[in-house]
Amino acid sequence: MADFDAIVVGSGCAGSIAAYEIAKAGKSVLVVERGNFAGAKNMTGGRIYGHCLRAVFPDNFDEIPFERKVSHERISLMSPTSNFTVDFSSEDLLKDGQESYTVLRAPFDQWLAEQAENAGAEYICGIAVEKLIKDENGKVVGIFAGEDEITADVVVLCDGANSLLAEQAVGAKRPPASQMAVGVKEVYELPEEEIEKRFQCQPGEGAAWLFAGDATHGSFGGGIIYTNKDSISIGIVAGVEATANGDVPVYQMLEDLKNRPEVAPVLKGAKCVEHSGHLVPEGGITTMSELIADGVMIAGDNATMCVNLGYTVRGMDYAVAAGQMAGQAAVKALDAGDTSKAGLQCYVDALENSFVMKDLRQFKNVPNFMEHFDRMFCGYPEMIRDMMNTMFVVDGSPVQPMKKSMMPIVKGVGFMNLFKDVKGAMKAL
Amino acid sequence: MSDIKFSVNVDEYLSLNKYEVDESNAHIELVDDPSDEEFDKLILVCPAALYKRDEDGKKSFDYAGCLECGTCRIACGDTIIKKWENPQPTMGVEYRFG
Repeated sequence: MADFDAIVVGSGCAGSIAAYEIAKAGKSVLVVERGNFAGAKNMTGGRIYGHCLRAVFPDNFDEIPFERKVSHERISLMSPTSNFTVDFSSEDLLKDGQESYTVLRAPFDQWLAEQAENAGAEYICGIAVEKLIKDENGKVVGIFAGEDEITADVVVLCDGANSLLAEQAVGAKRPPASQMAVGVKEVYELPEEEIEKRFQCQPGEGAAWLFAGDATHGSFGGGIIYTNKDSISIGIVAGVEATANGDVPVYQMLEDLKNRPEVAPVLKGAKCVEHSGHLVPEGGITTMSELIADGVMIAGDNATMCVNLGYTVRGMDYAVAAGQMAGQAAVKALDAGDTSKAGLQCYVDALENSFVMKDLRQFKNVPNFMEHFDRMFCGYPEMIRDMMNTMFVVDGSPVQPMKKSMMPIVKGVGFMNLFKDVKGAMKAL
Repeated sequence: MSDIKFSVNVDEYLSLNKYEVDESNAHIELVDDPSDEEFDKLILVCPAALYKRDEDGKKSFDYAGCLECGTCRIACGDTIIKKWENPQPTMGVEYRFG
């Protein structure tokens, strides 16, 4: 007889929700979280899409400690001497079920953990699971944490992007540096009204702002700004391999982004209160391992359920949905008395039938496309700058016909390159 | 000396974070005498700027300000990162915002 019906490792977006589902069904479940509280080791840019949480918490969705509802989507193409920004706002971004929210993981994850606890999940915080216990047939039957050995009929592994356990569980290889990004972020405190003024937002609403180009000094990656309730998150997400082979450290990219004339005013007078770092498993389905083995399932960042599309980054909504499906699958398998790999297949089936795997499959070529989309980071921002300068710089000299002034700029990048990139983007996205 | 240039002092930002530093146990260890090439990768990717070289090129690494992201493990897990473990119970960084 095992100590628990289920053990969940990690209390982030996937883990707390898996535990919530299992506890809600009346099963005994233990969550082991290495932070001193849920969220203590977690970081996001970041923003989460609301639809996944509406599916899990239909009755108390309004209690979720979101920071701000995203009413402005901003994308900037930044060259060393210019910045071209698209600012999109739409009623459709705000509608229930298609809206998104900025979050800070410390408060957000604690709320999620609270829901799991209220449903009956037990928690151990402050201890990292070092190893999985396997029986003589290789089935996962529990965990080693600190001095303790704790057993369960099923283990749900949700230990994040830097998983040290996924290899033991399902044979997942450590993702290559080319398929991972490093995120560095700082949080700056600023009064609520000041944020609304600086970002031209209604109370409670805010912006998601991504930068490509000079934010990373032309290297693979981008800059991010998200408005929280009374703080601003600003960061860099940069390919690990590209950065390692570049010449600008990722923390210097962040410092330079903050000092850009287009960015500095929104941070003016704000006080930095935290500097954080995290891995982003951008490889998506290309780096995804098996999701189940006998007695164990993996969900969220450790299964690289993440995509970076350039105009938005998704991972948390996949983790929430995967956590929910893993929890429900655990319950099903426990009820059937079969937590072998075959018994847990229902988790994979549910994922395959959901937006999670459908999206990840749809975007299967994106990581490779983005990694080799050099001109997006160095080339197009400069092209856009030169085109915009042609339109907006007026110095009294006679104007040229648009065609004559624009053509050489586009030719600078090359028509074929432009055509190829558009075609490549259409195909990958 | 390393050619990597930067002006920001990340230590000042790290001092804003909350840590419980485990003085008695290094959760990350490098191989003896790591190569310049691999070490410089870590100077570039570590978001906490914990991998440093002084004017003479002498290398240093201090795990105390670690953000536990694992980027060094991804970048150099097969080369100069000898050990990467999570910190001991209750130790390490504790994000108040995240």
